[in-house]
Amino acid sequence: MASENQWVIASALVASLFLSFGIARTKAGRDFAAILQNSGSWIVLLIPVAGLAIGLALHEEHFALMMLATVLIYALACIGLTIQFGYAGVINFAGIAFFGIGGYTAAVLGGMGLPSLLVLLAGGLVSAAIGCILILPVLRTKGHYAALITIAFVLLFRSFLEVNHTLGGPQGLRVESATIAGQSLFTGIRIGSFEASFYLNYVLLALVLLAIFFLMARFLEKSWIGINLDSMREDPVGAAVFGVNVAYWRIMSFVIGNVLIGIAGATFAMMQTFIAPSNFTFQQSLLMLAIVVLGGIGNLWAVIPAAILVVVVPEKLQAISEYRFLVFAILVVLVLRFRPNGLFPRSMRNFRKEVGQ
Amino acid sequence: MSKLFSADNVSVRFGGLQALDKLSLDIDEGTIIGLIGPNGSGKTTFFNAVTGLCRTAGGQILVDGEDIAGLHPRHVYQRGVSRTFQRSRLCLSLSVFDNVVIGRQNALDLTLFGNLFRRGRFIESVRENHDRVRALLSTFSEPLAARTFDPLHTLSMIDRRRIEVCRALIANPRLLLLDEPSAGMTPDETHEFMSDILKVRGDHPRMSIIIIEHEMDVIQRVADRCVVLNFGKKVAEGTFDAVVADPWVQEAYLGSS
Repeated sequence: MASENQWVIASALVASLFLSFGIARTKAGRDFAAILQNSGSWIVLLIPVAGLAIGLALHEEHFALMMLATVLIYALACIGLTIQFGYAGVINFAGIAFFGIGGYTAAVLGGMGLPSLLVLLAGGLVSAAIGCILILPVLRTKGHYAALITIAFVLLFRSFLEVNHTLGGPQGLRVESATIAGQSLFTGIRIGSFEASFYLNYVLLALVLLAIFFLMARFLEKSWIGINLDSMREDPVGAAVFGVNVAYWRIMSFVIGNVLIGIAGATFAMMQTFIAPSNFTFQQSLLMLAIVVLGGIGNLWAVIPAAILVVVVPEKLQAISEYRFLVFAILVVLVLRFRPNGLFPRSMRNFRKEVGQ
Repeated sequence: MSKLFSADNVSVRFGGLQALDKLSLDIDEGTIIGLIGPNGSGKTTFFNAVTGLCRTAGGQILVDGEDIAGLHPRHVYQRGVSRTFQRSRLCLSLSVFDNVVIGRQNALDLTLFGNLFRRGRFIESVRENHDRVRALLSTFSEPLAARTFDPLHTLSMIDRRRIEVCRALIANPRLLLLDEPSAGMTPDETHEFMSDILKVRGDHPRMSIIIIEHEMDVIQRVADRCVVLNFGKKVAEGTFDAVVADPWVQEAYLGSS
């Protein structure tokens, strides 16, 4: 890539960062956030519509489409993290491990010729089941110790994969590409003179999954469960005194979040058709959390721009790709220092529209 | 009148410290007891022991004849015991409605299916609960009832206290524990809040209240009976006038003169 091109991208990045820092404080920014927050469920259609438009515009660009699909898959996983960390306050540093469990489940079950959609679901369920075992020691500890257990788990997970020969060891496993309704997602769509990269198929699959789970997470936030999760995150003791079953909701949020992360991981593995332990490092876990924290903890919409920032920028900007962890670490520190609620802070839940106020 | 609540020889120990020493206390339905005593005499510890926030080292806590000592806070709440805290434990980032409605745990549909897939019914139940919350708030203050979807941190001190009391009342408890409700209020606010408590009593004639308070005017006005604690022990019990005249109380609490 030409060097002047790199400068263009770098300045665009800086400009968009400044814009993000400022936009939540402008009236237009607040109005837009209010529209996203308070509109009916149809507003979620923005995601597939915008995603489809971008996907079709790029239909021949393999790499760009792969990036787009990766952003969408990461956004799906980060919605899972938002339910865990943003709503219930259960910190999960092992995000990438559950993503990996989904991926390895897809590799093992996909090879047995099960229907792909079932394999995706199984990826989520296996993640959730293993998460259930991990949450038990987490529940017995408080604060930083719970975080340490998830850190230990993600490190353990990678070591386990590297020594486990049934799961391919350090070389990893081949993953069967998805086949949906008899159509292999490994062949690109061809209609008349229109020819698309096969990555477009995965963009479509990821869009459908993201839209469905985004809508579900939105419902969850605006429900009695959402109110329970927020109260116990803010004050577990106070919530328990008023009848909230704190341990139950911690487990539930962890399980629901891991289902989403597992499904995202299975989709990712099917798209890549190959996974290895080196895909699932602790640093990747930190990047996933960085998406949630940068965007705005608990704000579902913010996950998407933050995923673009974290996934695409290092690929586009080769100058920083080697230092990506350094750059994001600095960025997270800056955001936490100057905008502790993230670039796009979560707005407070209200039922004004529902009660006709 | 029937006995609703009785603590029988309740003890709480923190390491070597005897925070509550064989405290016994009975309450009839519909009465208000003022719990007084110097700082560190075990008043809040007693509330914590009743609501399951700290372990008892002995004794029984009976609600309607059932021993609730050692139950999880959530199960104590389900048996109709509700409280406020001296240092407010409201969620400042949530709305007034969210803070109050959380107390209706047993009446809310908390299933995943009900919340995610039966949105019509959910919205109906939001309306119903909103009406309840509004009705409860308006018994305290009409302007407050119009602010159900304001963030809690925008409310004044007295309004926050009212929200705490509303949250404790929303499930119609049988025993309400008020931990120093006038703390941090101006004299005018305290006065207003006292009227609120008497109003609550009028609206819930069968509910019993235990109130911890340092303001003697408040106790004198609202309490039917007073219990005085010192070093975790009950040192006096009776009407306000009798208790204040007690030489023990004069020395331990009001200062010997």
